[in-house]
Amino acid sequence: MLTIGLPHYLSLAAILFAIGIFGIFLNRKNIIVVLMAIELMLLAVNINLIAFSVQLGDLVGQIFAMFILTVAAAEAAIGLAILVIYFRNRGSIAVEDVNLMKG
Amino acid sequence: MIFQALAFYLFALVAVGSAVMVISSRNPVHAVLFLILTFFNAAALFILMGAEFLGMILVIVYVGAVAVMFLFVVMMLDINFAELRQGFLRYLPIGAVVGLVLLAELLVVLGGWTFAPDASASVQSPAPGLEQVTNTRALGLLIYTHYLFLFQGAGIILLIAMIGAIVLTLRRREGARRQDIAAQVARRPADSVEVRKVPSGRGV
Repeated sequence: MLTIGLPHYLSLAAILFAIGIFGIFLNRKNIIVVLMAIELMLLAVNINLIAFSVQLGDLVGQIFAMFILTVAAAEAAIGLAILVIYFRNRGSIAVEDVNLMKG
Repeated sequence: MIFQALAFYLFALVAVGSAVMVISSRNPVHAVLFLILTFFNAAALFILMGAEFLGMILVIVYVGAVAVMFLFVVMMLDINFAELRQGFLRYLPIGAVVGLVLLAELLVVLGGWTFAPDASASVQSPAPGLEQVTNTRALGLLIYTHYLFLFQGAGIILLIAMIGAIVLTLRRREGARRQDIAAQVARRPADSVEVRKVPSGRGV
């Protein structure tokens, strides 16, 4: 219990990932909070990668965590840009109206 | 050892608590601020694990750029958040079921899991000890030697994201007076100055 090892970090990452999933279900209408929940899930994945990297003494895990950080930043930028133009066109960010063009 | 355990439990508890607040807070501005708190605690955990560089990157990239961008968008758009919260309780049971099932599965996997005996033999690039070279230097040596193309690819991804965000949000406003430098430079005295002979006593 007092010796902090790999299982502690993996449990923390699992809890954060589950909170992220829960957040997506809970805030289905509010796409800003959905994006934040996705960021939480990516953070959990990063914690996993770094915990394994440190445990095995292998630096490759940290490099991949850095690439995940890059992709997460790009995803947030594009997502928020889409959100801004959607708000500009429709005047709201209600996600259930997004299937307007489905026909 | 006891200090490490105390620090881990402190940071982990604050991270999980603020993550719960992110998804459940009524005001999205509060949600973004709790997201920043989560990232700070995760960065502290990274440093506790020995990955200092990624901890600092997390603070700089996430707190400095991504979270501030979220805050900016939340404050810039005039959104009726009370309307968006309708159905919050309707989705609560199914969300809780899915989240708890996923968490239980992950923890079951964690409980019955061990390293393969030869796992440490398949290490790609062993981390040198901290007494020889710092974490940042070791990462830099590895990235710029073996992962250069991946690093360049990451840069291209960021460039595409930047171009995409600009292209998506750029709009030409009708009726806005913009400076046209080429027209200003191309102006000649003949275009704008007219010399008139004014007869005295009559005006133009």
